[in-house]
Amino acid sequence: MAETGGGWRWLIAGELRAFPMRFLLAGLAIAIGVALAFAVHVINRSAADAFGQAVRSVSGGSDLQISGASALGFDETLYPRLMALEIVADASPVVQLRAMIGEQNKPITLLGLDMLRALTVSPNLIGRTSAEAGEAEAALDMDALYLSETARAQNGLRIGGRVDVRANGRSHSFTITGDLPGVDAGQAIGVIDIATAQWRFGRLGMLDRIDLKLAQGVSIEAARRAVETVLPGSARLTDAEAESRRGDTLSRAYRVNLDMLALVALLTGGFLVYSAQSLSVTRRLRQFALLRTLGMQKRALGAQLLGEGALLGIAGSLLGLAGGYAIAGAALRFVGGDLGAGYFGGTSPKLHFAPMAALLFLSFGIATAVAGSYVPARQAARIAPAQTLKDAGDPVDPRAAPKAWPAMALIALATLFAFLPAVNRLPLFGYLAVALMLAGCVAGMPWLARTLLRPLARADSRLPSLDLALHRLLGAPSQASTALGGIVASTGLMIAMAVMVTSFRGSVDDWLASFLSADLYVAAASNEASFDAETQRRLADTPGVAGIAFSKSLSMTLDPELPPVLLLVRPVAGPGYELPLIEKARRPGVGLALWLSEPAARLYGARPGAPISLPIGKEGEPARAYVAGIWRDYARQQGAIIIDARDYIALTGDEMRSEAAVDIAPGASVPAVRAAIEARLPPDLAGRVSFAEPASLRARALALFDRSFAITYVLEAIAILIGLAGVAATISAQTIARIKEFGMLRHVGMTAGQILAMLASEGALLGFIGVTAGITVGLALSQILIHVINPQSFNWTMATTIPWALILAVVAALIITAAGTAVIAGRRAVSRDAVRAVREDW
Amino acid sequence: MREDVLRLTAVSKSLPGGRRLFEGLDLVLAAGEQVAIRGESGVGKSTLLNIVAGLDAADSGEIMVAGRNLAGLDETERTVIRRDKIGFVFQAFHILPYLDLAQNVAFPLILQKIPRSKAIARAGELLDAVGLGERRRSYPKELSGGELQRVAIARALVHEPALILADEPTGNLDPDTAEQIMALLGRSVKQRGAAMLLVTHSPTAAATADRQLLLTPHGLVPAHG
Repeated sequence: MAETGGGWRWLIAGELRAFPMRFLLAGLAIAIGVALAFAVHVINRSAADAFGQAVRSVSGGSDLQISGASALGFDETLYPRLMALEIVADASPVVQLRAMIGEQNKPITLLGLDMLRALTVSPNLIGRTSAEAGEAEAALDMDALYLSETARAQNGLRIGGRVDVRANGRSHSFTITGDLPGVDAGQAIGVIDIATAQWRFGRLGMLDRIDLKLAQGVSIEAARRAVETVLPGSARLTDAEAESRRGDTLSRAYRVNLDMLALVALLTGGFLVYSAQSLSVTRRLRQFALLRTLGMQKRALGAQLLGEGALLGIAGSLLGLAGGYAIAGAALRFVGGDLGAGYFGGTSPKLHFAPMAALLFLSFGIATAVAGSYVPARQAARIAPAQTLKDAGDPVDPRAAPKAWPAMALIALATLFAFLPAVNRLPLFGYLAVALMLAGCVAGMPWLARTLLRPLARADSRLPSLDLALHRLLGAPSQASTALGGIVASTGLMIAMAVMVTSFRGSVDDWLASFLSADLYVAAASNEASFDAETQRRLADTPGVAGIAFSKSLSMTLDPELPPVLLLVRPVAGPGYELPLIEKARRPGVGLALWLSEPAARLYGARPGAPISLPIGKEGEPARAYVAGIWRDYARQQGAIIIDARDYIALTGDEMRSEAAVDIAPGASVPAVRAAIEARLPPDLAGRVSFAEPASLRARALALFDRSFAITYVLEAIAILIGLAGVAATISAQTIARIKEFGMLRHVGMTAGQILAMLASEGALLGFIGVTAGITVGLALSQILIHVINPQSFNWTMATTIPWALILAVVAALIITAAGTAVIAGRRAVSRDAVRAVREDW
Repeated sequence: MREDVLRLTAVSKSLPGGRRLFEGLDLVLAAGEQVAIRGESGVGKSTLLNIVAGLDAADSGEIMVAGRNLAGLDETERTVIRRDKIGFVFQAFHILPYLDLAQNVAFPLILQKIPRSKAIARAGELLDAVGLGERRRSYPKELSGGELQRVAIARALVHEPALILADEPTGNLDPDTAEQIMALLGRSVKQRGAAMLLVTHSPTAAATADRQLLLTPHGLVPAHG
């Protein structure tokens, strides 16, 4: 490169000046790809950091924690058994509840602590008493509540005031005695005395957590082994890091999917760079031949093209990083850290710049642009100067039949990969299958184009425009393949995503229809377990109610490395519920019958009839059960298990419920029944119960679906737009590069209209072949998305629904884009200047 | 008496900036006649060819090609004149790289809606005549400059035009090849009874014509070798 010195810079600068729009478009494509990838990363990192911080905040700085395997907690007799262990220096028992405070009903994490123990084990959770309250009085006050700054700010509360706290279906009034200086900003936490928590919120004899301080010199591993010996089935050993990891596990597949979409946008940008550089090389072949003749080395010529690519990459990536950071900031503010997917509820993430990730994505962007320039650079370096100065035409011999086997081999490999299992719960082979399938299809384009076009070209249409268009596509196969590659990739991805999302939405809609079969749904505020046995009996007797089924849900940990599964307590058969079963056990197994959602069955590898145990058995022992059936569920990605309400009561004695599904008696009206139910509610529940009809629930669920797919739609739309822009840029640049050809054709008697008809035919034929292949590959890709990537990422399956109307619209849009671009560029090319294009020799 | 293929009467042309290229230009080209026009660069030789081909308009004067006055014709009719009555030979050959030689030569016939089999057969005859009959399925990139210009000559003659417009047909060729090409072009045009207007800088090429004229701002004047 040094040998050319300033000349090399002149050439790049000259090219930039001559074709600024082409460079701008290619640079912009790289910028968009980098921006999306970086934004997704920053948003997820910020959200995961906030989630991890929340987990660490409630752990208060302890070495290890014992947590309840379910929301029911565990027996407090575990506490003295742990204290007796030599490895334990001290232990702090904790009651942990999700609570609502104040009139605004904002949720907080309410911790009941033994203050003396917490002082040594989890000092970050110790409250600071305000001067007015007085240290001694506060220590004795059973109704003292310490609130973190965020909890006070969210609810407009001040120290010294009183506030109602509701948890576990009960309510009690507390005095805000002080704050929690050790709790991180952004965390809504309240601390009360443990005895008060157990007494006031129905947790007598139960604990949710024990924080451990280990004896000096005891390793975490040794402590784990010792603790495991006394642990009942209802409790699990964990630490803050493992809790954070579980949150990470839950959202990882979603994040990776978004990363993949951003990568698609970046790769499409790379394709645009490739296309721009290829055309630039085609256009400048004579210039390069001249430079080579004048003494420029091959390597320097290649380096010039790579240098142009690198410049594009640097400019585009820097712009992309700035854009990505801005997008992340806006998304965190307006959509939330989970990008609408609901993974990090309850946390309020702050935007963090990620320097290492920025460097990584900067390198990605530059590498993509350089990679996009590599093939054109090699082509430029390999030119034979003398031949090139003669205008040798397409480098590929049109008489040689293109080989089909490389494409077949790639597609076969893609098919093989589609059948391989997930790696570390990620569909890595699925993604590879998508990439290989696309690559195979693009590689097969020359063969497909020739196979489809040759019979047409053999027929004598007597239409010179069509004849010439056909012969041009057959006679310049490498140029045709470049344009086709873009069309196939765009159409394929567009159709694959459209089929997947339509199938998913259709399946969710069907699932909602079978799941929401009651006439009216009743829910206590914030899904608190508020309906006790007496209330349930009263509501069941409401006039106009033909049947009512109460339910509740509680989370429980079956595997410490996986997020908690939801246990749904309700009648298995009854009013308002019709399980959308996928599979059923052929015969009853041993123990309780449990119905697992599809995600739960996949996450825990459970088959119908297989044994399973629940950590809610009597005296802390696991309850033996079997998988009675597997049902379709799209609402709980972490998995859900249905247990019949009677079995649950027999195990736990817990009769509190949070929701009810109501069947209305014939002749009764929904509003009347709703009013009657409201009238029968106990006074403390009045105004704190919500009602919904299936139609509104369904609409709300579908709106939620659309919201969680919003970011996917945006990323996909951007990738497609870049792809379409690439197709348009490729075709228009190819057209403009043929200006001399059009000049000659005008000389020998082709009218401008005939030339435009030829260009439109070329565009339409390219569009038709590209779209035909694109639809085929798109449908194949959609099956990989539906049957491989979705089940391996989210553990649910769906039935394929093909959106024919959308596909037709896409087909029309692409053919029109291809033909329209060719015609628009052609108009310029066949203008008066074009006729004079042959003037270089006149 | 032979029919006039081209008649230019009092043709004048100025550039858009106002500079007058030539005025009062007269020229008559009879069937079978070959005229070479020489002149300094920028004198308007290319513009004159554009005007004759109906690709540029004169400021004044009359241009009759094969008995038709171009002034009264619209764009489509002028295109039809070019398609049916004129053949072109360019300095840079302008052979379509994505068609084989037979298809390239047959192309003017295809534009005239001649059935493809007939057009290809006729193209074969012309390629035989220029010595490339054996290579009719070759592609342009496999040919030398001289060979490409032979293809261009075959293409210019395949539809039996009345007038050949040749622009520096030897400009990209070595002297020996140039001599052969001019001999082939002159002979082929003559055999088919067409007229040829040749624009060239080369005295050797110009010498093959029946008449040599010099283009000046005041029209065409006889040139002396």
